[in-house]
Amino acid sequence: MGDEPLIRWRWVRRNWSDEILPALGDHIVLCGISVLIALAISIPIGIAITRYRRAQTPVMFLTGLLYTIPSLSFFAILITFPGVKIGRTPAIIALVAYSLLVLIRNTVVGIDSVPRETIEAARGMGLTSSQILRQVELPLALPIIVAGIRIATVSAIGIATIAAYINAGGLGTLIFRGIDRDFPTQILIGAGLATLLSVLVDFGLLAVERWLRPWSRRAAARAA
Amino acid sequence: MAERILEIIQGPIFSRALAEHLRLSVAALVVAVLIALPLAALVSQSPLGSLLAINISNIGRAVPSLAILALALPFLGLGFRPALLALTLLAIPPILINAAIGLREVPSSVVESARGMGMSGLQILTRIRLPIAAPVIFAGLRTSAVQVVASATLATFIGGGGLGGLIVRGLQRNSPEFQLAGAIPVALLAMATELGFGGLQRALTPKGLRVGSRSRAA
Repeated sequence: MGDEPLIRWRWVRRNWSDEILPALGDHIVLCGISVLIALAISIPIGIAITRYRRAQTPVMFLTGLLYTIPSLSFFAILITFPGVKIGRTPAIIALVAYSLLVLIRNTVVGIDSVPRETIEAARGMGLTSSQILRQVELPLALPIIVAGIRIATVSAIGIATIAAYINAGGLGTLIFRGIDRDFPTQILIGAGLATLLSVLVDFGLLAVERWLRPWSRRAAARAA
Repeated sequence: MAERILEIIQGPIFSRALAEHLRLSVAALVVAVLIALPLAALVSQSPLGSLLAINISNIGRAVPSLAILALALPFLGLGFRPALLALTLLAIPPILINAAIGLREVPSSVVESARGMGMSGLQILTRIRLPIAAPVIFAGLRTSAVQVVASATLATFIGGGGLGGLIVRGLQRNSPEFQLAGAIPVALLAMATELGFGGLQRALTPKGLRVGSRSRAA
């Protein structure tokens, strides 16, 4: 590498619109789709296991095991399944599987955090259990569910960089091409943007989470 | 296919990759503990220090593991040592965060009474604060260990060896046997690490709780 500067800004300018931005876009889409699918699976499961407590331990154990599988290994195993080719599909399957643990856990913790008296009061007002779920428990659980979405999304952004190795696209493409070509600029741009994206998403969703907490919203309303 | 996988697992390529993987993971974890624990003890002396350490570590955790490994490449080149450095950097934040929080949350009344009994700062640290914080510290160690074992799979991309090499070889040669001969043992290793450290953590907790409840009663 020798005299090679760490970042060749000329390369960045020249490849900004047809390599870097599309990779960033692919990355966001890949992670976004995965977390949304994971949410659609996790919230019903989370609600179900607050009703059937006995299922809680096996569900958490199973999703916990899925969570520990190293991503490259997960991708490699998925690809050997019939009908799963390299590309976005195995990447999305793995990213969804990784998100289940934290999303289900936070749904359960969120619903459990609703005070008993609140539910009793709602029942006393004549609300049915499905009304209590939709109008009382889920809204109150929302900040904790959003905290789960935040953790799941940040880790998906990191793991998705590895998915580029199985042709799922995204910012990892820049990192792997940079490694292959021994070109630090490309590695740094890919790694830097992935880091920046996860920090921004982390702060952004943290802000949403705080805004959703009823007491802080009330405080904000009073201030306004 | 299963036969071919077993054949690979019994061969020299696999045993070398496994040895590299274990060496890399254990070394990274040990170095990380040696850095993170004293640092946590140091920053826990002041609220500002621990707040700073926790927040910086949290940002550090946002850096994707592939990014940390790939970033070692332009600075340190290919091989075992850059991979070790990257994995160590990856392992520090969870240990540091948990140790800082664990040490901070030791009730001050306990520390005061230890001081009243004439213990020195070092004695309070090693005999009171560390044992009480042990379960929390172990939780951080567990997170780090699982993460390091998983990320050591990526070391192969910067020439650091490990079981990821078999997966990559399998993907490049379109050989599902090689892919699985790397992927399944790595997955099992990660799960064993999770369960093993989980067991250690549980084994430690009652003792920690005993210390805690006894001092609370006192």
